[in-house]
Order: sequence, then structure tokens, then C-alpha cells
Amino acid sequence: MIGRIGMRLVEIFALPVVLTALWWVLSADSTNFFFPPLSSIVDVFVPTWFEGRILDDVVPSLLRLAAGYLLALLVGILLGSAIGSSTRLRQFCEPVLEFLRAIPPPVLVPILMLFAGVDNTMKVLVIFSGCIWPILLNTVEGVRGVDPVLRDTARSYRMPWRTTYVHLVLRGASPRIAAGARQALAIGIILMVISEMFAATNGIGFTTIQFQRSFAIPEMWSGIILLGFIGLGLSLLFRFAESRVLRWYEGMRRQEREG
Amino acid sequence: MTADANAPVSRGARLRPSSLGGGTLGLLGIVTFIVFLELLPRTGLVDEQFLPPFSSMVAALVEEMQAPAFWSALGSTITGWAIGLTIACVAATVLGIVIGSVGVLRRMTASTIEFLRPIPSVALIPLAVLVYGTQMQATLILVIYASFWQMLVQVIYGVQDVDPVASDTARSFRFGPLRRVRAVLWPTALPYVVTGFRLAAAVALVLEITGELIIGSPGLGKRIAIAQTSGAVDTMFALVIVTGALGVVVNLLARAAERRLLRWHPSVRSEVPA
Repeated sequence: MIGRIGMRLVEIFALPVVLTALWWVLSADSTNFFFPPLSSIVDVFVPTWFEGRILDDVVPSLLRLAAGYLLALLVGILLGSAIGSSTRLRQFCEPVLEFLRAIPPPVLVPILMLFAGVDNTMKVLVIFSGCIWPILLNTVEGVRGVDPVLRDTARSYRMPWRTTYVHLVLRGASPRIAAGARQALAIGIILMVISEMFAATNGIGFTTIQFQRSFAIPEMWSGIILLGFIGLGLSLLFRFAESRVLRWYEGMRRQEREG
Repeated sequence: MTADANAPVSRGARLRPSSLGGGTLGLLGIVTFIVFLELLPRTGLVDEQFLPPFSSMVAALVEEMQAPAFWSALGSTITGWAIGLTIACVAATVLGIVIGSVGVLRRMTASTIEFLRPIPSVALIPLAVLVYGTQMQATLILVIYASFWQMLVQVIYGVQDVDPVASDTARSFRFGPLRRVRAVLWPTALPYVVTGFRLAAAVALVLEITGELIIGSPGLGKRIAIAQTSGAVDTMFALVIVTGALGVVVNLLARAAERRLLRWHPSVRSEVPA
């Protein structure tokens, strides 16, 4: 038993440790200006980010991301269930939605700058307008895919529409919604960084690009690494939330596979 | 990017409702959208300086299309996209087959892949700018990094999906490794590979245009940035429409390639032709 757990730990940590060690050793006496030794990046990491910047840059970035993302979730799920429930509405909207979704979200940054300037509203709007498409379109597909027999059953039992919506439609669509929400999260992080690189006065993306422009190379690397950790942390958080919400679904799948 | 990345082969369940006039309704939707875009600024609900009427966007688009610079920008965008996507897909397919078919490798690399994948590719922008300036390569790095993971994960899933009976049969027939890849692994993995390709193609385009916009490497994104700084709002909207159209074309092409490559696959064969 212990052996198996040990084996698992080795599997998880061996390669990352080896890669980090390799980076450490190979860059140890690097004189290449662009690729400083890992040790000097580690040295500047804490002073750069944890003495003040975490409140001034990291927290505002994450708050903007959260605001845009949650707004996109709310609007995407509501609009998506409306569009998905009606065939005619879906046919009416589909081509326009296909087009809007195909626009690369970062090009919305200059457009939204016109409307909302360069303040927080613009960034939240950019994140919102990029995140909403995968959520919306997956909700439409998910709602469409709800079992018609269950729908009819709910109707013949005269379940009130709110109960039907919460317990049948949303539940039934939730695996698809979660898939859309996961894609949206990745897009949201990208847009958080982009909107700050384009025009901002604070934020992780802004600070990292400032470091690059002022040739503070180890600090720039620390920003890249911090962004990596944020991406990783958010995706772990998402997976945790998903496994809580979709526990019934995972259980059902497992039973289907075994049965 | 609509497809559920976790259910790459569930496409077969998709049926088009045969209700009358789906296409007509869609057309009506487009017309409504255009009229809406035209009327919003005309009625003064939205400032014309922020959202020009649709007709002036079209006029700007026509004007753009007469400029040789527009076509060379479009060309750079497509070239960068294609090169980046090809490199990422080839590398991810080869690596994915190797990692996916060797159990130890798969378990050893899982945590590293899970760690590297969510790193937002745009975090690499400062580094790319530093090393390559505003050359095409700077954007290429972003494109490759972003689309590589989409593809790699799908290939690994696909290779794992191989039917044990089929692979045992191949082993008892003493198929060589190459033959095993070609006859057993590849057909099993292909639906996943194709899904990965479709996702990667869309992501690659987004990152290509993002890179041009932020870094300033040649392409449509750079042209949007120029239009923005020079205050040519209608040109900017026209270019955004072009990027959207490009995205639609990429999607349609990827779907068509998918259908063609997977003609033989049950998920496609069962699909009622629309």
C-alpha cells in the first residue's frame, strides 16, 4: 500500500523536479541576458510580488477576472437556456452567434476601449465578452440535449416551470455547461492579461510588460511564472468546483461503465 | 470551439431538426442583426464615433480591400497561422503517440502536462518580444504553445482509447511497432486527433491575431492596432469583421476536414446529411 502511494508520488513529482533541477543547473552560470539563472529569478520573486504588488496588481487583476467571468456565466446560462429551449429562436440566432463567436476575443479590446475608456469597466467587459461564447453555445447544446422523455414527464406531472428549469433543464445541461465554463476560464485568463498589456495602470499583465520594457529580466520571468501558477491554481479550483457540482454525473458515468 | 473537449466522439448524436425554414430563419437573424447595427448609431442611441453604422463599416471594408497592404496583412496572418498550427500539430501528434502508448511515460508526464497546459500562452508575450522583437517568430511562439497542448491532450486520450483486443491481436500477429501505430493506434486515435486539430486551429487563429495586435508583428492584428491609434473607427470595425469571417472559414474548413477524414467512422456515418 505504502509502496503504491510512494510510486504514485514519484510519478507525480519526478519529472517536474528533474526539469526544475535541469533548468537550475543549466542556467546556473548563464550570462545570456534574456535567460538569467533560475536562482536569480527565485531571488526576486518574493520581493517583486509579495511586498505590495500583491494588493496593487495581483488582486485587482483577479477581481476583474472574477467579475467578468461570473457575469459571463450568469448571462451565458440564462440566454443559453432561453435559446436552447426554442428551436425557432435557436435557428434565428445561430448564424449570428457563429459569427460573433468566431471573432478572436482580443480584437474586442480596442473596440471596448472606445466605449469604456481604459478603466476597470473596459477590462471586465472584455473578459465578459470573450468568456460568454463558449458558455452560451455549450448551454444551448446542453439544453437541447435534455432527455425529451424526462421533459414530458415533468410536464405531465405539472411541475412548475421553475422546478423544471432548476432540476431538469439546468441539471441535464450542466455537464455541457461545465465544459463550456472550463474553456471560458482559459479565455478569461488570456483576456485578463491582454487587456492589461494593451492599456492599463495596474495588473499582472501590465507589470510584467513594464518589466520587459525596462529590461528587468529576472522580474519579467517572475511575472511569467506567477501567471503560470495563477493559471494552474484557477484550473485546480475549477476542477474542484466541477467535481462537487457534477458528482452525480461522474457517479452515473462510472456506474454505466461498470454496469 | 463549441465542441465538448471531453466527449470528442459524441458528435454522432447530433441531429438537425427538420423543421421548415431553418435556413430562412437564420438569414432573417443575420438581417435583423445588420439592421440593428445600422440603426443603433443612426438613431443616436450609441455615439456614431464609437459604433459607426453598418453601411460605413462596409464602405471602409471596400476601401481596405483596395489597399495592397491589407492583402499582405491577411497573407501574413494566414501564413503565420498555418506554420504555427502545422508545427504544433506534428510535434503534438508524434509526442502524443509516444507518451500515450507507453504507460510509464504517460504516468510520469501527466503532472507536468497538467502544470504546463493551463499556463496562459500570452504570459510568454514579454519573453517573445524580448527575443524576437516584432518579427513573425514572436507571434509564432504563442501560436505553437497554445495549439500544442490542445492537440497533445487529445492525442494522448485517443491513444489510450485503443481496444485491448485489437492491440493484443496485433501483438499476436507480431506486428512491428510502426505497423501497430498505423493499423491499430492511428485509426482509434484519429477522431480525437481531428477534434484536437479543430480546437487547435481555432486557438491558433486567436493567438496569431492577438500576437499581431499586442506585439505588432505583421498581420491583421497589427492593422487593427494601427486603425485604432489613428482613430479610424470604421476601418477598425471592418477589420474585426474580417477576423470574424476568417474564424468562421477556419471553423468550416476544420469541420469539413473532420467529416472527410472520418467518413468511415460510425459517428460520422450515422449522421444524417444536413
